[in-house]
Order: sequence, then structure tokens, then C-alpha cells
Amino acid sequence: MAYAAGVDVGSTQTKAVLVDEGRRIVARALTMTGANVIRAAEEAFQEALRGGDVREEEVEYVVGTGYGRYKVTFGNTQVTEISCHGRGAVHMFPATRTVVDMGGQDTKAIRVSPVGEIVDFCMNDKCAAGTGRFLGAASSALDIPLDQLGPTALRGQKPVKISTTCTVFAESEVLSWLGKGKKIEDILLGVHQSIAGRSTGLLRRVGLEEEITFTGGVARNVAMIETLQESLGLRVNVSEESHYMGALGAALFALDHILAARHPIRQDA
Amino acid sequence: MTTFTAGIDVGSTYTKAIVLDDELRIVGRALRPTGFKLTQAAEESLTAALASAGVDRTAVRYTVATGFGRHQVGLSDVQVTDLTAAARGATHLFPGTRTILDVGGQTMKASRLGPGAKVKSFRLNDKCAAGTGAFLEKTARYMGFATEEIGPLVATSKDAIAISGVCAVFAESEVINHLSQGVAPADIMHGAVVSLVGRSVQLLKRVGMEPEFTLVGGILRFERMATVVRDQLQADVNVAPGDLVQFTAALGAALLGRRRLQQLGAAAVA
Repeated sequence: MAYAAGVDVGSTQTKAVLVDEGRRIVARALTMTGANVIRAAEEAFQEALRGGDVREEEVEYVVGTGYGRYKVTFGNTQVTEISCHGRGAVHMFPATRTVVDMGGQDTKAIRVSPVGEIVDFCMNDKCAAGTGRFLGAASSALDIPLDQLGPTALRGQKPVKISTTCTVFAESEVLSWLGKGKKIEDILLGVHQSIAGRSTGLLRRVGLEEEITFTGGVARNVAMIETLQESLGLRVNVSEESHYMGALGAALFALDHILAARHPIRQDA
Repeated sequence: MTTFTAGIDVGSTYTKAIVLDDELRIVGRALRPTGFKLTQAAEESLTAALASAGVDRTAVRYTVATGFGRHQVGLSDVQVTDLTAAARGATHLFPGTRTILDVGGQTMKASRLGPGAKVKSFRLNDKCAAGTGAFLEKTARYMGFATEEIGPLVATSKDAIAISGVCAVFAESEVINHLSQGVAPADIMHGAVVSLVGRSVQLLKRVGMEPEFTLVGGILRFERMATVVRDQLQADVNVAPGDLVQFTAALGAALLGRRRLQQLGAAAVA
């Protein structure tokens, strides 16, 4: 049995996925990217190998993706994270036409064809407003762990209106709402709505077409799913693997290489 | 009996208070972090400024508040915008001032003045931290330095490393990359200053640049800032000595208080 691997070196976390020849996920791993990007990629890969009980030599092809994809020194090739998220999303939800990927420092809206090719995309490349970092700022300002943000926000009844654009200023705005006696859940609901509003703007720019699949680390946040659906007025697909969608897409591209190499298309026929 | 006027500048990061005597001499000044209790910050900075002057609260005849939090301060007689206050303070210190660059903790403002220290046009950046002191503070914090260490750190830099400076959040990855490649923190900090000044020059160009230039705001207390602005503008710039640069708007507010007092006095006589 041959295996293919995808390693997604994101701005905040590095993810690795192993798939078998039947496109089934056999292992996944996650590690913080940190300053040593090369080591993070290696660690995530090794952890996935251990998790899937797969030996390194059984992995025939490795695709690196994410902002640190060129630091995947053991990788055979690199594919952009936009292609990988599109591919992963269509694999999990074949009717996907639009992908919204929310990561630690960027949010991307991607329009895909029925076979998972990228038609168009747009992203926040100049500014961290409306990205996962906004949640990070709220988390540290309110001293609530990231994974508690969503459940807490869902208890909100009267969301505050977040007026700052910049993530850096958001931290002080959150504290000033707290100073004015607002409830933490109402502040957090406001924070989620603000991010959902920005992402909706991005999705409209790329052209919104159903079905929509929500990927990236932030897709694990229940309040983000709710507020995004509310802001769009549409349902979004969220998979258990949403956090690993980029790595999964990369692994599927890697598998393409393995299968193509076994059945070469004869040019001279 | 000597009478006094006070100016309080409730800025995004610090609240500054200044006390002037009737000959427009600065007799006391103090600053406090603004935080989220604006009234308290204003009260405390004024109390401290009065204490440093040895002046009793009752001898203060007029108090003018300015800065973003000026309306939340109960103890002032009147409020003026920070642009007006900074213009008044800057022209008092440097009468030839025509263009002002004010860089604070969370804002950057450029304004061009007409006769009588009137603001003719202005541009603000208050949406994005990349053009403000917060950008320098974040950059310093990523490297483990406190705000007050920024000035001395930049002073030791030999060469600025290029920092893109489009976003204070994205700068973090840039800083980490540079550090892991062995770039000196001083050179990274210097690069952040150069990048910030680059943005401020863009803002100045939009209001129309007319000498003399006067720099105000807390960020200008970092010594190398003025040099970098001078280099990029290719023009001489006025900077108030020491920490007075941070008090320019508060000074302007206190000066406006004195003028108002004179107007009221003249009206009473008439």
C-alpha cells in the first residue's frame, strides 16, 4: 500500500495529513508553526506517520502547502494553499462552489469549478482585520481560551457593535466595552459578527455561489459558523476535517502524482 | 494674584495635563495612562500637574480638554479638537509652523495651517495601527522590549532592515523571520520606524507640504524619529525639546484657555 502526504505550514499552525490509495485519511497531525518553520513541518509529518503507523518510505509523494510550503524540505513539490483548500473542500463536499477559509492571519474566499479547480479567489493580503487574529485579540483581552470563545459568544443576547477595523485596536475596544459594563458574551458575539461581516464582503467580491464550504482553523468555532450563516443568509458546510482541509488537499494532489506515475499518459500513441 | 489655566489632552494611550501661568509659562505638567476610566485619568493627570506646579486647584480659572476622550472629561470648561489644540501649541513653540505631523499611540494626523493657527486641511489615520505608535509598540513587544526601550534601542541601530509595515499584525511574522536570520533587534526596530515614517510622509503629502514642519505627539519622543522624518522629507523639522513634544496639544489647550479667559474678562469690562 502506498501513501501520500500533505503538509500545510500555516501562519499559526502546521498540519499534516496522510491518505491511502483509496483517498481515505489514515492520519492527521497538528503542531504550532513557531519560529522554526522547517522543524514544525518535520514534526507534523513525523507525528502523522506515527499516528497512522506508516513508515516514512511507504509515503511515495509529499506536497507542501501554506505560507511556509517552501520550508517543507522533505516535500516533493509545492501547491498553493488556495488550490489545496479548494481541492479538500470539494473532496469532502462535492457540490462546493465557494470556499471560505479562515486561518490565523488570513481569510480567503475561493470560487471553485465542479472538479475542484480554482476559478477565482480573493484574500486579505494587506490587513489582518477579519481574520482569526481578531479572535486571538479578543481571547487575550478577555482572558478566555480560544476554544471557549464560540460557546461563550452563543450565549450573547445583545451583541455590541465593534467599530474598529484594525485587530490591534480591537483589543482595546473589547476592553473598553468591558469597562462600560457589557457582558462578555455580548462583546464576543459582536466580535464574531464583525468578522462574519468582513468575510461576507470578501465572499461577495469573489462571487457567491452555493454550496459554500467553510474551512480553516476558525471553522471549528461554533459561533463563527452561526454568525457567518446569519450574515450570508445561507447554510455553510463544515466538516470535521475543516482544520485539515489544506493538508488534505495537498495529500490528494500528492496522490494524483503517485497514480499518474503508475499510469503514464503516452504522448506518442 | 496669579491666575492659571489648564489643558488636558485625553489621548488614545496617554492623558496629558499642563498648567500655565498668566505669562504663558509652563509651571506644571504630568501624564497618566488613559486606560478605560477617562474621567479618572484626566482627574489624576491634572492633580499631578497641579502638584508639580505647587498650584491650588482653585487658582485655575479655565480648563480646556482636548483629545479623543475630551467629551468624557467632566472637569473642563470647554472642549476643542486635538487638531486645533495641536495647531495652537505648535505655533506657540514654533511660530513659523505651517504643517504639523502628530503621531500618537493609536492615531496619525497631518494638518496644514493657515494664518492665526487655523487648520486649513487635515488627514487622519485612525483605522489601522500600521501608521501609529501601536505599530512600534507591537514590534517592540514581539522582540521582548518595552515601549520606553524603543528610543534607546533604535539609537544603537547601524542600519535599518526593510519592514513592509502594511499591517501591525503581519509585522509579527516578519519580525520573527528577521530575528531567526540573526538580524539585530535594533535594526528591526529602526526598520519599523522608517516604515512608520514612510506612511506619515504619504499622509503629509495629501494635506500639502508647506514648511515649516512641526512634529508633535508621544511617538516623537523617540529620539531617532525626528532624524528619520527629516531624511525622508528632505526638509528641516521642528521638534519640541524632551517630553514637551508629547504635551504639545495639552499646551495648546491651556493656551486657548488663557485666550478665552481674556475674552471673558474683556466682555465683563465692556
